[in-house]
Amino acid sequence: MVTSVELCGIKIDNPVIPASGTFGYGYEFAEFYDINKLGTFSFKGTTREPRFGNETPRIAECASGMLNAVGLQNPGVESVINNELPKLKNVFSKPVMANVSGFSIEDYVYTCARLDGQEQVGWIEVNISCPNVHGAGMSFGTDAESAAQVTRAVKEVTDKPVIIKLSPKVTNIARIASACEDAGADGISLINTLLGMKIDLKTRRPLLANKTGGLSGPAVKPVALRMVYQVFEAVSIPIVGMGGIASAEDVIEFMLAGATAVEVGAQNLIDPYACPRIIDDLPQIMQKYGIDDLSEIIGGAH
Amino acid sequence: MNETVLRVTSNKKIALNTYLMKLDGDCSAVTVPGQFVNISLSGFYLRRPISVCDYTSDSVTLIYKVVGGGTALMSELQPGAKLNVLTGLGNGYDDTLSGGRPLLVGGGAGVPPLYSLAKKLTAQGKKVMIILGFNTADEVFGEEEFRETGAEVFLTTVDGSAGTKGFVTDVMKELDYTYFYTCGPMPMLRAVDGIAVTDGQFSFEERMGCGFGACMGCSCKTKYGYKRICRDGPVLKREEIVW
Ligand SMILES: Cc1cc2nc3c(=O)[nH]c(=O)nc-3n(C[C@H](O)[C@H](O)[C@H](O)COP(=O)(O)OP(=O)(O)OC[C@H]3O[C@@H](n4cnc5c(N)ncnc54)[C@H](O)[C@@H]3O)c2cc1C
Ligand SMILES: Cc1cc2nc3c(=O)[nH]c(=O)nc-3n(C[C@H](O)[C@H](O)[C@H](O)COP(=O)(O)O)c2cc1C
Ligand code: FES
Repeated sequence: MVTSVELCGIKIDNPVIPASGTFGYGYEFAEFYDINKLGTFSFKGTTREPRFGNETPRIAECASGMLNAVGLQNPGVESVINNELPKLKNVFSKPVMANVSGFSIEDYVYTCARLDGQEQVGWIEVNISCPNVHGAGMSFGTDAESAAQVTRAVKEVTDKPVIIKLSPKVTNIARIASACEDAGADGISLINTLLGMKIDLKTRRPLLANKTGGLSGPAVKPVALRMVYQVFEAVSIPIVGMGGIASAEDVIEFMLAGATAVEVGAQNLIDPYACPRIIDDLPQIMQKYGIDDLSEIIGGAH
Repeated sequence: MNETVLRVTSNKKIALNTYLMKLDGDCSAVTVPGQFVNISLSGFYLRRPISVCDYTSDSVTLIYKVVGGGTALMSELQPGAKLNVLTGLGNGYDDTLSGGRPLLVGGGAGVPPLYSLAKKLTAQGKKVMIILGFNTADEVFGEEEFRETGAEVFLTTVDGSAGTKGFVTDVMKELDYTYFYTCGPMPMLRAVDGIAVTDGQFSFEERMGCGFGACMGCSCKTKYGYKRICRDGPVLKREEIVW
């Protein structure tokens, strides 16, 4: 049975990739299991400068999922290169996916250019859900033209495959994906979190210090799946699907919708062994559904 | 840290809305007083962090207050019930700094983690004092158990229905101690910091996504950069805390 897939020219042993923000820079999980078992993983959203992020509470529970308002806390790209990547080298020998965030085109370009020089980095995943400081706080990902601008600018400074990570907070996800493909993207990943809120009945105020937070977990899965399906019809580059994945069945469902690989987010937080469990279950579930080679089912639901 | 399945061996009400649960199983990852476990409960997406009150290599004791759906579900569990638990989380208290006369200060649901610390310090021959603070007599627990460790126990209630009337700090300011360890609600921790005359350690709570350092959900600023309450804490030293 074949579980390997090719993601933007790089072969990965299986399509299971822990999602950015739920796997740190890898070594917390290396205490639980050998993370070389993963296809790869996407490291914490990294910015040009260090960021502390939002005040706490940053986490709220909801039915079948969670809200987070971490606010892109990370040590900044220089520290990632000088501290996190060398530490990662001791526990992970595969190419890693570098997740990048920014608040201006220049931020993205700077950070991607710095990561382009790192041999441990296989892919650059560009999170365009961040607000554009030059655009009245509008996220780059909500407008096809700004999404394309980021893509073009980043492509100029790196030879690594660039995967643009889309925000689901848009009316026409396929249009944004096409604009990124036309601008040179090598792949599309989706979805980032949806925007939600929780109110504390005792204090009668939003529970999160940031008031709103990103919704993820099984609650978002149907939305994510629908979007992957729509994007598959609009682009011909590989898609990395995510949103609420918690089982090998979910992986197959996303691949049928059009994903070449998948990311697993919140599930890692509640079950640190989520990804190795899914990887171990895959052959059995493939057999159950008569699948010999995972690559053959990509987009199979269309 | 370790992921394991623990079996409930007893689960009893010990005070108003307060329960003591004993669990059996592989608890070898719990090695320091002040660490916590993170419990998966069916029907709830996130795990529930609860401090370890007492431990051996194959059992833990937890004391928890029912404040919402998750802890209410816990209170209904019967002996024999199995729980998926992450054990041995957090740094715990550093007992090497205690000096000869350490003072422990616990408020409400913050009292439990001080129990295994009191046992450890008295076993080292330290003269341990502990102040237990509650709102009212109905909430009081642990007085006898702490006394049995050999510690000198001071009980306070806000309404005076048991022990000394007032706050833990009313007693604390009269005592002569070499170091202190505390856990309790945030206003109490601030008050303790306000009157303490020595160095000490504070245990904090924060809403958690993972409980093992991966999500950055529980970060706080300290004098030495940010720390994660779940992994670099929950215990922080007085000199590093930014209030
Ligand atoms: C390190 C640590 C140790 C703790 N030790 C104890 C203990 O020994 N005894 C005890 O009674 N309580 C303890 N708590 C608090 C306990 O975690 C909460 O009371 C519990 O999670 C509430 O769950 P619930 O479903 O009943 O409440 P709900 O309010 O319905 O919970 C909703 C969500 O908020 C979270 N949450 C609510 N209150 C808190 C809180 N105070 N701290 C962190 N998360 C919270 C829950 O985990 C859950 O994700 C500790 C908390 C932390 C962080
Ligand atoms: C705590 C937390 C932090 C996250 N941080 C990032 C981030 O830094 N960059 C990013 O692109 N996505 C981030 N995400 C989004 C996830 O990568 C993923 O897109 C989303 O959670 C949906 O997948 P899930 O339902 O499996 O969690 C974060 C999600 C969570 C829960
Ligand atoms: S709760 Fe996830 S890092 Fe602390």
